[in-house]
Amino acid sequence: MNVFFIIIMGIIMLAGVFAVIRFIKGPTTADRVVALDNLSTIVVATLIFMGFVFQRFIYIDVSLIYAVLGFIGVLTIARYLEGGI
Amino acid sequence: METVLLYLGYFFVSLGAAFLFLGAFGIFRMPDFYTRLQAGTKSSTLGAMSLILGVGLMQPEWFFKTVIIIIFIAISNPISSHALARGAYKTHQKPLTDTIDAYEEVTEENKNKNEEE
Amino acid sequence: MDAISLLLLFFSLIIMIGAAVYAAIMKDLIFATIGTSLISLSLSVIFYLLHAPDVALTEAAIGVALSTIVFIIAIRNTKRYEDEK
Repeated sequence: MNVFFIIIMGIIMLAGVFAVIRFIKGPTTADRVVALDNLSTIVVATLIFMGFVFQRFIYIDVSLIYAVLGFIGVLTIARYLEGGI
Repeated sequence: METVLLYLGYFFVSLGAAFLFLGAFGIFRMPDFYTRLQAGTKSSTLGAMSLILGVGLMQPEWFFKTVIIIIFIAISNPISSHALARGAYKTHQKPLTDTIDAYEEVTEENKNKNEEE
Repeated sequence: MDAISLLLLFFSLIIMIGAAVYAAIMKDLIFATIGTSLISLSLSVIFYLLHAPDVALTEAAIGVALSTIVFIIAIRNTKRYEDEK
């Protein structure tokens, strides 16, 4: 089943490529932040999947911390755009 | 039983990877900001939840922690997308097509009423 | 190190270097802050793939949440655009 893992990882990396292209192109700040948010979600999924590939249970904790804390940066930039903070 | 869970896990992982790809492709392809937000957050949230559930089905002793991560993603991702939409609205980003902005009409009425008082 | 891990490692390295160059050349400091956030995101993936999950956990907690908040508050109190000189 090694081929299956490589195919899934290739699809996820292709998704990352499209999000990075939007990150470079995006005309306004909000477009770039949307691309960053999507990349953060992709990274959470990737870390759990690589933890399954490595067969280590303790590696899941990194992804848990990322899922809890990853949206705070996006939230801060959105509040700055709104003018609040 | 274990083989059934294993193939169910393969199915969910494939579904999640496909939805993650579609979400990122929607961000790349859509014409203006609000449609990009719609394509990106909804599709990638479903994709990540499905992929994590698939991993939890393939390793049944990891199931509890993966469910916790799914709950956190389901809470935190809509919060950030809502804040982004609000911030983009406050910086006067216009959609591509003509729309009816009911929120602006309400705020204008409230502003006029406050000035009269 | 197997093939799938090596593939993801090279991909993360390319994204990290690209984001660092992007953050260095941007005149708008908000864009540079988002680029810094992308650097720490991919650096966390690199630490994870090199079998150092504790370092990856610290990098995720500090780089994504804390440094973005500090940069945004500093930009809010000064000004957003770099001088053209």
